Amino acid sequence: MNIERLVAMANDISRYFAAEPDPVAGAIGIADHLKRFWEPGMRKQIVAHLATGGEGMEPLAKKGVERLMEIDSKLRA
Amino acid sequence: MLSIVEIDRGTPAVLSDRQVTLEIDGRSIRVPEGTSVMRAASQAGVNIPKLCATDMLDAFGSCRLCLVEIEGRKGYPASCTTSVAEGMKVSTQTPKLAEIRRGVMELYISDHPLDCLTCPANGHCELQDMAGVVGLREVRYGYDGANHVLAKTRTGTDNPHFSAKDESNPYFTFDPSKCIVCSRCVRACDEVQGTFALTIQGRGFDSKVAASQDNPFLDSECVSCGACVQACPTATLSEKSLIERGQAEHSVVTTCAYCGVGCSFRAEMQGEEIVRMVPNKDGQANHGHSCVKGRFAIGYATHPDRIHTPMIRQKITDPWRIASWDEAIAHVASEFKRLQQQYGKFSVGGITSSRCTNEETYLVQKLVRAGFGNNNVDTCARVCHSPTGYGLKATLGESAGTQDFDSVEYTDVMLVIGANPTDAHPVFGSQMKRRLRAGAKLIVVDPRRIDLVRTPHVKADYHLKLRPGTNVAVLDALAHVIVTEGWVNEAFVASRCEQPAFEKWRAFVAQEKHSPEAMEEETGVPAAMIRGAARLYATGGNAAIYYGLGVTEHSQGSTAVMAIANLAMATGNIGREGVGVNPLRGQNNVQGSCDMGSFPHEFPGYRHVSDATVRASFEQAWGVPLHDEPGLRIPNMFEAAIDGQFKGLYIEGEDIAQSDPNTQHVTAALEAMECVVVQDLFLNETAKYAHVFLPGCSFLEKDGTFTNAERRVSRVRKVMEPRSGHADWEVTQRLANAMGYPMNYRHPSEIMDEIARLTPTFRGVSFDKIDRLGSIQWPCNEEHPAGTPVMHVDEFVRGKGRFMLTEYVPTSEKVNSAYPLILTTGRILSQYNVGAQTRRTANVMWHDEDRLEIHPHDAEERGISEGDWVGIESRAGQTVLRASISERMQPGVVYTTFHFPGSGANVITTENSDWATNCPEYKVTAVQVTRVNQPSQWQKRYQAFSQAQQALLDAAETP
Repeated sequence: MNIERLVAMANDISRYFAAEPDPVAGAIGIADHLKRFWEPGMRKQIVAHLATGGEGMEPLAKKGVERLMEIDSKLRA
Repeated sequence: MLSIVEIDRGTPAVLSDRQVTLEIDGRSIRVPEGTSVMRAASQAGVNIPKLCATDMLDAFGSCRLCLVEIEGRKGYPASCTTSVAEGMKVSTQTPKLAEIRRGVMELYISDHPLDCLTCPANGHCELQDMAGVVGLREVRYGYDGANHVLAKTRTGTDNPHFSAKDESNPYFTFDPSKCIVCSRCVRACDEVQGTFALTIQGRGFDSKVAASQDNPFLDSECVSCGACVQACPTATLSEKSLIERGQAEHSVVTTCAYCGVGCSFRAEMQGEEIVRMVPNKDGQANHGHSCVKGRFAIGYATHPDRIHTPMIRQKITDPWRIASWDEAIAHVASEFKRLQQQYGKFSVGGITSSRCTNEETYLVQKLVRAGFGNNNVDTCARVCHSPTGYGLKATLGESAGTQDFDSVEYTDVMLVIGANPTDAHPVFGSQMKRRLRAGAKLIVVDPRRIDLVRTPHVKADYHLKLRPGTNVAVLDALAHVIVTEGWVNEAFVASRCEQPAFEKWRAFVAQEKHSPEAMEEETGVPAAMIRGAARLYATGGNAAIYYGLGVTEHSQGSTAVMAIANLAMATGNIGREGVGVNPLRGQNNVQGSCDMGSFPHEFPGYRHVSDATVRASFEQAWGVPLHDEPGLRIPNMFEAAIDGQFKGLYIEGEDIAQSDPNTQHVTAALEAMECVVVQDLFLNETAKYAHVFLPGCSFLEKDGTFTNAERRVSRVRKVMEPRSGHADWEVTQRLANAMGYPMNYRHPSEIMDEIARLTPTFRGVSFDKIDRLGSIQWPCNEEHPAGTPVMHVDEFVRGKGRFMLTEYVPTSEKVNSAYPLILTTGRILSQYNVGAQTRRTANVMWHDEDRLEIHPHDAEERGISEGDWVGIESRAGQTVLRASISERMQPGVVYTTFHFPGSGANVITTENSDWATNCPEYKVTAVQVTRVNQPSQWQKRYQAFSQAQQALLDAAETP
């Protein structure tokens, strides 16, 4: 899928969770959201994009996707 | 003319804790205090003659027919305006009353034509009935004198009292010569509809009913709801369909297939032909009222554009080939199997319809999950109310509105945000207006001056005219005032909500940056107005929030829904009558399609596909393993199609090529697929890109249920056989069987039984029970066997209510010098959604094209006059519409509707979407508007493409 679109969507999500005073909680929120609502192929793509530098991703979005890699067993398989 | 089957008790029912016993013609009857003698008599089985009284309207006391004698009282009081009293003794038939009534009737008939046998109301005319019951045998006054009946006087000159029949309205006629000036039409327009378009003009014998300033009905303020036609006791106001066909011989109760109000109707039938639709007085959502769409705009169901046979083609440039059902179904199954073999299990999916029944929606998602073996199923709620699902689930624990419509009768303050009920939910809009006329306060949050802001006898206390895209800023500012000025309902919050989340939220909204003053520049709303509105909402008594797509269709749609729930929880305005959070759903079955598991991440009943227990229950019932990961949402499907990964789509009753944003992106995605299957009434915009067309059914041709905005599940009943031979649920079932996944339902009631078995909130729902109760509001289960009008009463569905942080994040869709205006979109009363139905009715007489509304200041700057062609350009595309200059808009904001495909409203809208749900940001698009003299490039291409597709259809129809 168009990676710019996925990056934009991930950034949109991170801007919501930016209100969270605890940045770790924000990253957890992003990861949970991605896990619950993104189809696995999209998750794999954003994870791969981050692995290659994550161009265009905002810092909290990156943190969220890092967290996603930790909690999402499907991505490791 | 009233319904052919309903009983009219003359005055409305009264609710009272106290009962009164009285005697009427020797019969003892006990009724609530405040009931009229007329109604009490009717309930005792005694019919008092009447003409100006009907139980949809307050008593008026003008016709002098319903007079009675009451022991110990002088004279002959009108039974409609006289309330019952303990021990009262009433006589309804005495020689004196008979004499008075005959005298009154003689006068009525002396100025009424005697053409009963050829009159449309013959046999069902209340005037005729009354002449009969009073025993009128003679009319001593001829037509020689003044009358309203004859066009000419005896001497051949024009009769000054005569008015010709007004046939301007496409759906009903007004024949003043038959009018008895009972005022029922005028009162229906005032009391029921709240438009105040009709009046009694003149005095004494000159009195006559007039629309607006004695205009033809079509040119008047009349909104053609038909309440006057229904109320008319004679044939003065008559449906044209009734005049053409004659009266119905039977009547079937069903549910309207237009907006989310879900009005109950009696389809009055002659065999399989509809004579007229009459709103059902027992209808729990509409109480006998309707709008111009539901009552009149049903002609699409029998329109010649409907396609009745399946069709197939290899490429979208090929002519259509008519196919048998067997061939078409086998073709789709083999194509989808081929695609899954070639491109993988996840390369196909389906879209369920908010216009179809619960049972049909359930079957499509079941076909996708169990038959296709993936979760690539979505519904049009993606583009309207998906943020409601997300936001209310997160805060309150259930993805639905909290109240029934009648709850508004106990509301003291209404906060209407991003909704235009008088256009989009007209019957509930009328109920709101009624409550507002009775004194409830009103706060409107909307960039436009919607009708509710100022309408007869209604004026908003606050109109917060915010800039599009700043809902969350305004909601946070309202919350800031409530928290910092001490309006929080501490007791409610302490007992009902999660404390840590509340404390975090309180600290969050209390920050100075959320104050009305700090937000003023961003929102454009004066801080004092926000403060006043917040105080009114928090302290004005029962406060209820009503919202629509102006809340959800934003980049922060879900955030705004959560901010709304936060406000309701903080002020304790939830869990009882008169309060709550009420999403006004767009289409008839948006609530139902969401309930039925149409979202790619949820099984029926809003349960995530990763929940192993829930999944196991479906696996056991459906007999196949189910995927535990969310599937593709509609916009994801488009992306995947353009990437070449998504190849086949089964679309039931949706028109994504017109309704979804960034049309050119959508059509590119459709063109990239190998098998697009469209099941619809018409060759809609999406079907022009389809490879298989399966003819669908109108709501008149099938059995099932719809669920309206108040979670009310109502029956849809078949009144005619499916034109195509198969109801939509049967088509899905045949497709499943052909795909190798067996389905063997014999009737939609069996599908509902399965839904009830598998969905806790539907456990107690069945067709039998709905037939018994009229309708059922879910949750309906062991605890609430008759359903649940008000939710979250003692505790929230999720246990404790959860406050969510709602930071205002400005949209990335910003105005600049190239695109200096904000375009926002919406709908209009006479048209519905993509217009596929209403465009094919006489409703086009009110709205035959989408126009661009623009403020006079913006128009003048660009040299634009009323009716000029203007180009509207955004980052996504360009289209051309005619301009309409309007001060309803604020400077800097333009507005259009999206009811006509050629308008290309969605060519301009972008792919920006809600962060949580990808609901498109329809309501905010930065545009430039310029005068032009020709259609846009897209419109020219669209025109050519549509003509070519029509030719390919015509080629199929003439083998």
